[in-house]
Amino acid sequence: MSSPVTLQDTGFHEAHDAHHEHHHHETFITKYVFSQDHKTISKQFLITGIIWAIIGGLFSVIFRLQLGYPESTFPWLEDLLGEWAKGGKLHPEFYYALVTMHGTVLVFFVLTAGLSGTFANFLIPLQIGARDMASPFLNMLSYWFFFLASVIMVSSLFVQTGPASGGWTIYPPLSALGDASSGSKIGMDLWLVSMAMFIVSSLLGGLNYITTILNMRTKGMSMTRLPLTIWALFFTAVLGVLSFPVLLSGAILLLFDRNLGTSFFLSDIVVAGKIMPNEGGSAILFQHLFWFLGHPEVYIILLPAMGMSSEILSVNSRKPIFGYMAMVGSLFAITVLAFLVWAHHMFVTGLNPFLGAIFVLLTLLIAVPSAIKVFNWLTTLWRGNIRFTPAMLFAIGFVSLFISGGLTGIFLGNSALDIHLHDTYFVVAHFHIVMGVASFFGMFAGIYHWYPKMFGRYLNNTMSFIHFWVTIIGAYLIFWPMHYEGLAGMPRRYYDFSQWESFKHFGGLNEFISLVAMVVFAVQILFVFNFFYSIWKGRKVTNLNPWEANTLEWTTPIRPGHGNWVGEIPEVHRWAYDYGKDGKEFIPQNVPVGADESKH
Amino acid sequence: MKDFFLVAIFILLFVVVFQIAKSSEYVSVLKGEEKTKRQNNKINGFMMIAFLVFGLVGAWYCNELYYKQTLFPQGSASVEGEKIDLMLWITIGVTGVVFIITQVLLFWFPFKYQEKEGKKAYFFPHNTKLELLWTTVPAIFLTVLVVFGLKYWFKMTNDAPKDSVVVEITGHQFAWDMRYPGTDGVLGKTNYKLYNQPAGNTLGVDFEDPASLDDLHTTKMYLPVGKPVKLVIHAMDVIHDVGLSHFRMKMDAVPGIPTTMWFTPKYTTEEMKVRTSNPNFVYEISCDQMCGQGHFSMRGEIIVVSPADYTKWLAEQKPEYFTMYPDKDPEKANKAADSSSVVNKPLAQMTTTH
Repeated sequence: MSSPVTLQDTGFHEAHDAHHEHHHHETFITKYVFSQDHKTISKQFLITGIIWAIIGGLFSVIFRLQLGYPESTFPWLEDLLGEWAKGGKLHPEFYYALVTMHGTVLVFFVLTAGLSGTFANFLIPLQIGARDMASPFLNMLSYWFFFLASVIMVSSLFVQTGPASGGWTIYPPLSALGDASSGSKIGMDLWLVSMAMFIVSSLLGGLNYITTILNMRTKGMSMTRLPLTIWALFFTAVLGVLSFPVLLSGAILLLFDRNLGTSFFLSDIVVAGKIMPNEGGSAILFQHLFWFLGHPEVYIILLPAMGMSSEILSVNSRKPIFGYMAMVGSLFAITVLAFLVWAHHMFVTGLNPFLGAIFVLLTLLIAVPSAIKVFNWLTTLWRGNIRFTPAMLFAIGFVSLFISGGLTGIFLGNSALDIHLHDTYFVVAHFHIVMGVASFFGMFAGIYHWYPKMFGRYLNNTMSFIHFWVTIIGAYLIFWPMHYEGLAGMPRRYYDFSQWESFKHFGGLNEFISLVAMVVFAVQILFVFNFFYSIWKGRKVTNLNPWEANTLEWTTPIRPGHGNWVGEIPEVHRWAYDYGKDGKEFIPQNVPVGADESKH
Repeated sequence: MKDFFLVAIFILLFVVVFQIAKSSEYVSVLKGEEKTKRQNNKINGFMMIAFLVFGLVGAWYCNELYYKQTLFPQGSASVEGEKIDLMLWITIGVTGVVFIITQVLLFWFPFKYQEKEGKKAYFFPHNTKLELLWTTVPAIFLTVLVVFGLKYWFKMTNDAPKDSVVVEITGHQFAWDMRYPGTDGVLGKTNYKLYNQPAGNTLGVDFEDPASLDDLHTTKMYLPVGKPVKLVIHAMDVIHDVGLSHFRMKMDAVPGIPTTMWFTPKYTTEEMKVRTSNPNFVYEISCDQMCGQGHFSMRGEIIVVSPADYTKWLAEQKPEYFTMYPDKDPEKANKAADSSSVVNKPLAQMTTTH
């Protein structure tokens, strides 16, 4: 496998000859900036995602200061934020801007672009046995549209009236009327334009991922032999391609309402003493458009984490993933149902109760494929020979968080209970655990597992273990008690609770949560440090297949060049999960099936 | 100075962790990688069990600390909300069992089946019976939850009883306003285009509509105990939400699309003060839909009183029409008649403004 460079594959030779010539003249710009190599693009997504994650995390630390210490002032905040923190106390408008930006950045820029962008780009060609994406050029554009979206979003932080502050769900009329909130002035336009660019990026990416998986699999790689990572990334791309355009239409209509005097979402409004001329629109229509993306979006975030955790759990248990077909089937079921549950975010908008009932039924149906996945993961661990690599720890953590957050979804999906819990801290706890932290755990697992393939070096183990244990303990300490606040009806998106007889007694708990949040944030900085330090100084990978895994990416050279395989692309003879079969530790996918091999 | 020290300590801690991490890597090279791997496996396997035990104890401790502070020990303050509490207990029961079983297995398996030399993992790719089992059992439990949930949902979202007390509540940045229909039992029409801040018509009430003449406009909501109440919910500017956590009720206020909800208060405010042993207890209306920079301060109050006190309170209130057009007020008109000098002025004013 590690034979010296010989281009045996004549097809490759001919088709890529011109391309190959071109390689010799590669400049810094074509290699690192406008690169068309899927591996470089994936690293661009990852590093941009990490930068966004630090910014988004920092936002939450700053607004947690306000929640934890509503009576205190922090003079250094004024030095940092100027007008927005006069006297060292956050201005409410800016508090809401931080909350809005925290959500936007983490949901879209980190857990969509940073997660799918990184791993779909990195793993699809490597695991299906392709030299690159179907269209490397569109792939490059996908990153640069994301970059453009990032630049516009960052610029909105510096406009005088502040960034968007109506929550990441940007419900009109609040987001449509500059008179209703100063964040709904120019900041909101920038938000919408940035999101439009972001959607273009994710559509270009998604189309590419789907095309590549369907058309460019190597010989023998039938769909039923795909690793679960690829299945998950495939369904993620399908979800994105079908649902993001709906948000785009919503965003464009909202831009019209804001700037061209249309009334798609506006009617019967008196704001700041002015009677608005808009008539006939529906504010609820926007919510339908938003959540038609918004709900699939949570699965866009979650599915890649599920796929990668499935792969990592199997590799490190030294056992096949239990129920491969059921795992694929449940991914498919989740994908279909994801399109049919959006209105469960709208149970208390005055929705027709009959319609609400249908959405209850469809929402709770999702718990069935989710339960299948959880039990299959548990059975994969059962009687394994488990290696605690950092990736494995994060994959186990992912399952734990998915269980905890998934079960509270059963509370919220039931409309009768949602009446009491809607828009309280119970919701905050639920979605942070199940889609925020769980997906982060999936992402961390992926980074730890494929880092040696990405950079040819290992991350430092001790720092990785500290990172895992502090993060999982911290995540539960932050979000577990929030359920109790939610059961007491404490509303989310409040700047200060001290005036409320019903909620002010949670002051001590809020302070505790803020403290833990800061510790957890500090540990993430440790991870980022480990990440960048190890790129240059980490222990070098000397073994082609350090985790003894079956998938094709480990048949490439330690540092694969553009084109991934030197010589022929390996042919696939089996599924990706022959671990512990016939007494053999593992049998890579490219090993032909022996005559005496047992069937399963 | 204090800040400086905090930052210094923080950086120092970072350096220490980094140095330890770095040196542990050198040690592992010295000791041999296999040995370090085994050691790491042992430590993390132990941590799995420790995390499980401390996690379960922690969950119990958290419940000890905060259960009292949720609304469940005091019970629902509305008759309909009791169903929500019951539903919550059923759901906690079902999910609680699943939670404990799955989390225990999840952390116990890695501990039990951690890598040991010479051991081989059990090749177990699928088992149709098992997979069918954990497809059907969750489906059955979920059906039960859906049936209970929808039964209560339809009950709560059904039409309000005919004899309900009707109150209109309108949200605007950042306060709540109530209107009562007055003696005729009918709320006058509103139209946002009639909004007139200087004249005091902040809700856009149409005073051409005779039904509006006896309507009351208040900023606190008084309700009689034990009678169904129907709220008609409006918003002037952006979306708000009438959140009544004690009654377990919630409904958005959407500009242009009036919504309704109904419930039956079970305890008066005074009774709740005793039940919660909090002399400052008050039923609060929280805005539960992000509505701008004052969202967190959009607080309203409900005062639940006995039916007799409620009737008394209603009688004491003056219709909004009279506060806006004082000259029309029969009481004031009588007083005005005594001092004949001002008699004609308000009348004249009335004809011009109306």
